[in-house]
Amino acid sequence: MSHANYGIAKHRFDTLVIGAGGGGLRAALQLAQAEATVAVVSKVFPTRSHTVAAQGGMNAALANVSPDNWHWHMYDTVKGSDYLGDQDAIEYMCRAASRLVIELEHMGVPFSRLDNGKIYQRPFGGQSQNFGGAQAARTCAAADRTGHAILHSLYQQNIRAKTHFFDEFFAVDLLLDDEGYVLGALVLEIETGEPLIIEAKTTLLATGGVGQLFRTNTNAAINTGDGMGMALRAGIPVQDMEFFQFHPTGIAGKGMLMSEGARGEGGYLINKDGERFMERYAPQAKDLASRDVVSRAIATEVREGRGCGEKGDYVLLKLDHLDPEVIMKRLPGIRDMAMTFAHVDPIEKPIPVFPTAHYTMGGIPTDRFGQVVVPVNQGTAEPVPGLYAVGECACVSVHGANRLGGNSLLDIVVFGRAAGNKITEYLGESRYHRPMGRQYVDKALGHLARWDKRGKGESIGALRDALQRTMEHYCGVFRIENVLAEGLAKVLEIEKRLEDARLQDHSKIFNTARIEALELENLVSLAVATVTSALARQESRGAHTRIDYPDRDDERWLKHTLFYRDGRRLDYKPVTTKPLTVDSFPPKPRVY
Amino acid sequence: MRFSIYRYNPETDKAPYMQDVELTDIRPDMMLLDALRELKKKDETLSFRFSCGEGVCGSDALNINGRNGLSCITPLVSLAEPIQVRPLPGMPVIRDLVVDLTQFYKHYRSIEPYLIVHDPVPEEEFLQTPEQREKLDGLYECILCGACSTACPSFWWNPELFRGPAALLQSYRFLADSRDQATADRLQALEGPYRLFRCHTIMNCAEVCPKGLNPTRAIGEIKKLLLKHII
Repeated sequence: MSHANYGIAKHRFDTLVIGAGGGGLRAALQLAQAEATVAVVSKVFPTRSHTVAAQGGMNAALANVSPDNWHWHMYDTVKGSDYLGDQDAIEYMCRAASRLVIELEHMGVPFSRLDNGKIYQRPFGGQSQNFGGAQAARTCAAADRTGHAILHSLYQQNIRAKTHFFDEFFAVDLLLDDEGYVLGALVLEIETGEPLIIEAKTTLLATGGVGQLFRTNTNAAINTGDGMGMALRAGIPVQDMEFFQFHPTGIAGKGMLMSEGARGEGGYLINKDGERFMERYAPQAKDLASRDVVSRAIATEVREGRGCGEKGDYVLLKLDHLDPEVIMKRLPGIRDMAMTFAHVDPIEKPIPVFPTAHYTMGGIPTDRFGQVVVPVNQGTAEPVPGLYAVGECACVSVHGANRLGGNSLLDIVVFGRAAGNKITEYLGESRYHRPMGRQYVDKALGHLARWDKRGKGESIGALRDALQRTMEHYCGVFRIENVLAEGLAKVLEIEKRLEDARLQDHSKIFNTARIEALELENLVSLAVATVTSALARQESRGAHTRIDYPDRDDERWLKHTLFYRDGRRLDYKPVTTKPLTVDSFPPKPRVY
Repeated sequence: MRFSIYRYNPETDKAPYMQDVELTDIRPDMMLLDALRELKKKDETLSFRFSCGEGVCGSDALNINGRNGLSCITPLVSLAEPIQVRPLPGMPVIRDLVVDLTQFYKHYRSIEPYLIVHDPVPEEEFLQTPEQREKLDGLYECILCGACSTACPSFWWNPELFRGPAALLQSYRFLADSRDQATADRLQALEGPYRLFRCHTIMNCAEVCPKGLNPTRAIGEIKKLLLKHII
């Protein structure tokens, strides 16, 4: 560590990884094994990252339970994405899946097992054999704690690889030079309140999604879109933000996730008449249709007066017909959570559920190597030198307009590794760190200093509540022009009010109020991006449902949205419909 | 509802103190974490860790009415008033309810918490029967919240020498794994009077574990393995 730069401590590494979930840790491991020096900065201790909460599993065509191959998995993913996914990246991911699951197993992940000793796989939504045929069982699971099992194993392997961890450091801003190279980041040590420069030849954003945009969500409090917010402030756009996944089965009114694995193990949804209503919406796949389809179905049941309970505002997830042994062995975490938060033992009674904000399909635009790419002069996309992004904060895009369950754990492992390899290549060509000038750091320091202003002003907590309620009300499962327009005005007003917000706590030591203020800035800028993108897209595709434009419109809208912070400008770029080696899957009507 | 909360900011307070606060507007199904977040909206200087809000990330272990637990899965209705909220015992306090867990993590790292395989790995997955895999249940689910180790008197007395229940539970998680090939090394590293054998089966760890795990039992199993190993 040196103090050469203006009294601010400085560290220097080959690579800075921001975020210690599965994506960041998988990349860090790849880099450590390539003998690069790696710093992982995380605002929480690594095993508290939100990957830990992933339940159902990770898709790979191992064919341990049903006949399977990667090409069927690719078809399902393209169809699930409502044809907005980029088929080169999807082919890459599905082909890599089996090998990377095996690799995780070799690292120690305690997958559940079949009688023959192989990895257990369960059916999940949107999975088929033979391009739309019978249900497949493709999701590799460690009971219903697969994310926990994978995150802990990846952290453990990083301990073994001697990765440098900066635990409880908050990344404030990326540092860029005049030529647009990313030189690292300004971070804040939460315990001491001291800023710190981390200089790196390459910086990888792996900061996760932005589920905290919505009041009721399945997400951890830390999911505030910090990497996307940093990218926006650095002039980089975010892609496809209008596509936000509402998971069909969050505990009603509270949001805790009840894994799709519950339906994969044989559970199903019923309305107040006890009807298994998914049979009407998806005659073949029923309760295992894609998440967007099931969420819309539940919301429709409730809107049309067939919801359960006094207010008729939820449906029931029924598991009580299953063998209690199955629930205790395969869904122990779900059972615990249902008992704690819904006061229901699913062995005896069904669980009240409702669609709940869950996953950010959009994010920082990247290619399949994890390089952040931005269109230059109306032309093709060019990499931002030194900057990479993977996982939920990135948009490759393998999920398009709707992610399949079991593809997010796969995404982080596949592209964490790919980015690690691409970074290693770049490091081979770049022997030296580029000069870090004071002027590159000033803006970030100014940003941080903004929260030192004293006096009266609105509180962070109140503004965050207002934002989350606004997003839920104006930009939820069903969307329509006039409501979105009103929502945009409200979000912009909140953005304005944020300028006058003040902290009451100005102490340095472990000041969580300051962290929450910095997080709220990221949330607000992403709320603006989400509503603006949603208002512009005049079609219904995947998770983006417009009542006023009920159909998919491939003619006008088979393209990715790009939102720039500056002037709230929108731009569009084509979907990559050409895979790497196989034939393209052209858009077709999407039925389950 | 009445709360008595441990407050200490080293920048401004000479000594820690208990602050009495009240919260009206209690919903019947509120967890302690919900209440703390409401209190923070009124006084943003109150500092504590939290994240997932559903008992899987392990951020928010606290000492609640004298017993360690996670604030996000502790219902308010289960607690007698005034609700005493303190940081985890025996750890240095950074501020308010936030403790320094460096020592706790150091013990975790010291037990080599990763699968060690010496042979070349197969092309496919290692085979493991459901029975072999079942041996990991009750071990791998640990969320490293620290509730157990900071409830353990042996850990309070020898925080630098005794590995503590959380680290030892993880040690046994790898000893019990049919795929791991470092049994002898793992056992050898736990020999001596302190690392393992300071456990006096007081069982506070199993009593407070929010995931229902039983480190005392795991420690007993390690002791048995060690005995076999020595003989």
